[in-house]
Amino acid sequence: MTALDTPPTLNVGVTRLRKEDAHLVTGRSNWTDNITLTGLLHVALVRSPMAHAKVSNVDVSAALEQPGVVAAFTGADLADNWAGGLPCAWPVTPDMKSPTHLPLATDEVRYVGDAVAVVVARTRPQAVDATEHVVVDYEPLPAVVDMEAALADGSPLADTSLDTNKSFTWQKIDGEIDDAFDGAAHVTTRRFINQRLIPTAIEPRSVVCAPPRETRETTLWSATQVPHILRLMLALTCGVPEHELRVVAPDVGGGFGSKLNVYAEEAICLVLARKLGKPVKWTETRSEGYQATIHGRDQIQDVSLAFNEDNTIRGMRVELHADMGAYLQLVTPGIPILGAFMFNSIYKMDALSFTCHGVFTNKTPTDAYRGAGRPEATYAIERLIDEAANELGVEPFELRERNWIKHEEFPYTTIAGIEYDSGNYEAATAKAREIFGYDDLRAEQAQRRGSGDPVQLGIGISTFTEMCGLAPSRVLGSLSYGAGGWEHASVRMLPSGKVEVITGTSPHGQGHVTSWSQIAADALGVAYEDVEVRHGDTNVAHKGMDTYGSRSLVVGGYAVQVACDKVVAKAKKVAAHLLEAAEDDIEFSGGTFSVSGSPDANTTIQDISLAVFAAHDYPEDMEPSLDSDATVDPENFSYPHGTHLCATEVDTETGRVTIRRYVAVDDVGKVINPQIVDGQVHGGLAQGIAQALYEEAVYDSEGNLTTGSLLDYYVPSAADLPHFETDRTETPATSNPLGVKGVGEAGTIASTPAVINAVVDALRHLGVNDMPMPASPRNVWEALQAANNGGAA
Amino acid sequence: MIPATFDYIRAGSVEEAVAALTEHGDEAKLLAGGHSLLPLMKLRLASPEVLIDLGRVDALRGVCELDDGRLSIGAMTAHQDVIDNDLVRQHCGVLADVTRQVGDAQVRHRGTIGGALAHGDAASDLPAALLALDGTVVVQGPSGQREIAAADLFVDYLATSISDDEVITEVRVPKFDGSWGWNYQKFSRVAQAWAIVGSLGLVKRSNGNVEEARVGLTHMGTVPLRATAVEQALAGAAIDGIADAAEHAAEGTSAPTDLNATSEFREHLARVLTKRALTAAAG
Repeated sequence: MTALDTPPTLNVGVTRLRKEDAHLVTGRSNWTDNITLTGLLHVALVRSPMAHAKVSNVDVSAALEQPGVVAAFTGADLADNWAGGLPCAWPVTPDMKSPTHLPLATDEVRYVGDAVAVVVARTRPQAVDATEHVVVDYEPLPAVVDMEAALADGSPLADTSLDTNKSFTWQKIDGEIDDAFDGAAHVTTRRFINQRLIPTAIEPRSVVCAPPRETRETTLWSATQVPHILRLMLALTCGVPEHELRVVAPDVGGGFGSKLNVYAEEAICLVLARKLGKPVKWTETRSEGYQATIHGRDQIQDVSLAFNEDNTIRGMRVELHADMGAYLQLVTPGIPILGAFMFNSIYKMDALSFTCHGVFTNKTPTDAYRGAGRPEATYAIERLIDEAANELGVEPFELRERNWIKHEEFPYTTIAGIEYDSGNYEAATAKAREIFGYDDLRAEQAQRRGSGDPVQLGIGISTFTEMCGLAPSRVLGSLSYGAGGWEHASVRMLPSGKVEVITGTSPHGQGHVTSWSQIAADALGVAYEDVEVRHGDTNVAHKGMDTYGSRSLVVGGYAVQVACDKVVAKAKKVAAHLLEAAEDDIEFSGGTFSVSGSPDANTTIQDISLAVFAAHDYPEDMEPSLDSDATVDPENFSYPHGTHLCATEVDTETGRVTIRRYVAVDDVGKVINPQIVDGQVHGGLAQGIAQALYEEAVYDSEGNLTTGSLLDYYVPSAADLPHFETDRTETPATSNPLGVKGVGEAGTIASTPAVINAVVDALRHLGVNDMPMPASPRNVWEALQAANNGGAA
Repeated sequence: MIPATFDYIRAGSVEEAVAALTEHGDEAKLLAGGHSLLPLMKLRLASPEVLIDLGRVDALRGVCELDDGRLSIGAMTAHQDVIDNDLVRQHCGVLADVTRQVGDAQVRHRGTIGGALAHGDAASDLPAALLALDGTVVVQGPSGQREIAAADLFVDYLATSISDDEVITEVRVPKFDGSWGWNYQKFSRVAQAWAIVGSLGLVKRSNGNVEEARVGLTHMGTVPLRATAVEQALAGAAIDGIADAAEHAAEGTSAPTDLNATSEFREHLARVLTKRALTAAAG
């Protein structure tokens, strides 16, 4: 905490306009693709048009003859440049199968988009044109597309170097699961499909790499969320000494997990720049990215809930099939495992069994996508609770309240073994119900049902929680994750009294510069405008764990606060020295140090900063510096929660779903910047609603991505989305001094089941009890047709 | 993506464009607003060796009244200029209303009426509209001008009866007076997407009855279609006969199946949307 028990909050909790925005909205942004260097060469990749094939021959000789072409390489040509395959940092089981994943395939391609050759030319069009002159002989192999078929005896293999399509089976059983089900008064069982999604950050991926010139340093710019992780992993993959590699994430335009990775193109550009001695650039096109940037979700979820006579939950069984795609990327296998702690959600139960089969298919690898394992789990439990309420004949809110953790029961150790430190589900739910006008909408729903209105009204509930703020390093270690979850910050007091904050987090739209400035300004008692935040360059922010999992504020903001507290502690010593008072008598408020009882004897943190710079007179037992570093490791995850309510109108004639109301009451703990929190919730809702109503990556039986561009993959725009009504309750987290919980993923995690529950609720009386996602007009109409024909939809 | 290499000719007049087309034959494509052609080129689904840009041919822009009472719209008139044109609003508001649903604001400011019709996409809005309006296009080639009725224009998937050496110069549409009502039901997955199915209904009312009805269908086959069975069922019928007549909307169609709809669902949508369009048009 800061030096006073109740520090003035001139900035924290107040909306400050984002410092980042002026340059972003006036065309002065520094996207990786905007970077140009003298002699820059352009890279284009030759990608497999087949989902699975032996590569018998690759011939780049004709490409080398094309105008402007400087070099061209096959996978075999570059094979000796890799010190290892692309990394998977999360071996979830000791016997997990993880095929070697070379940046350029040599003898077998395993998904459409797997790269087999690379062309380097003076211009990008020349490079792209020349790829058409690379001759590749493919011998087709059977494509493995369906996860369950992949595990059946005699299935073709997605990777012929393995003897199975199963990467791993991960299991966690808490409590007496068989007893829970054997003695149950009621069991509700469902299969849900969490469809494959394509992240679609607005800025495509892009890489620029400059070889060593006057020093031994190689610089790689990438549209990445993780410059620090990338530096280490590329050093290992490409055999470049880590201290000679600088990685920079300049302005990055969205990631949602898709830029939390170590990609083939990053390794290829690094090797090419060093091999050719020239700077190189690669930027994906949208349709190239749809093949070669990770996808998200893609789970088959078989879930059951066992109930007592009094409708309390006895236990839950979860069996997942999780599609890994063709390779394990950085944290691919860990994504469904994160969900293992979230299927029980806010509900108390005595037993939980979780089994996950990771399955290889000949599709683009999956990995973290906004929420990463938690949206999938939340969808399953919140859908299942609604189905159980229907089967048990109780109001969906009543069943939830019967089973959720009461606010007086926190901290609460869940059946999954983690401790929810704080929460108040009653407060969030009461607020959401009031804003929504729940009872009035239920009355309108009854009226529409009664009159047989072709447009039916449905109400969807999602009382969600999630775990974020990744993460306590020891917990990550116990889950076999390859690194810790700490974060680093440095605070530098400049002679003029201005402040530099260096953070190990790496923003790509979140507004860290603004929020971190607010934290530092209040902690140091300086003006918001006097703080600058630097990030994203391993030469500047030498240490960090980067940005994902709603961790930046919870862990990185925490580190900023601790580093500021250290600066204040040092300055206080100097103040006591200069004011000739005992340190215990020095009070600090609003940037001013004063002697207790003698308010006229005072000095400011700026004056102290200058005095320490001059270093003419400072305490003998300290160094002449106020600068401080902090590396913090959180003691727990954080657990945002909330109640989201959605009212949908479903046109039973066309299958069109329209969201009429969406109320989101989120509890993200203390709020640093309300407008940024609202923005995160809005964006999260858009992506969660997108899964519910619009988006789906579809492969045909040959393993071709049929939704290969924005023409067929429907990303909703503002015109498709409702007005969001957001509000908050505030139950501070106890695991960090800011009391913050993280907000990056909550909206996405909460909203998908709220929308689908509303769609099913609208049609329940017509015999519809499930709705495949996305709830497109076609899927809704076909569900109604099936119900009309007497079959359960 | 990156299109394949092409040569670029900027035509100063229709005659120059025709001459360039004659010289380069089927290796050349005309560039109007570029909103259909350029995406195809970027995906390398089209790789013309020569692009002939009509963007500076000012004579192809604007709207005027013809002596025969119809409106003439220059082929290079941008969608937004059609929407905003006083003559179109006054005499052919249906065209303005349909055009308002084309693409998004950027597309409407760059895309052109002639380009959209020349592309001949059954899934885009204007071909079915021209068909329902009984409009025509005027094309100019080496041997002069000819006028092609909409019914003769769209011959197959993305194929029209315009020759490789012809340029659309005008689009001609009749006037629709106050006895006509219309409504376009465009049904798409997201706000800015092609129609899964679209139905344009026009109704000429007379003494509480339907004197004449026309229905243009978008994306119900390889070419835009008229729902002639509906039109015949409604000619001279009472307005409350619309629902029954609309049941014939899918007759004679050959709706495709894709991710958004089976042909069966498209046929169902055609009936529902035609009922809604005609009901609104008659209201």
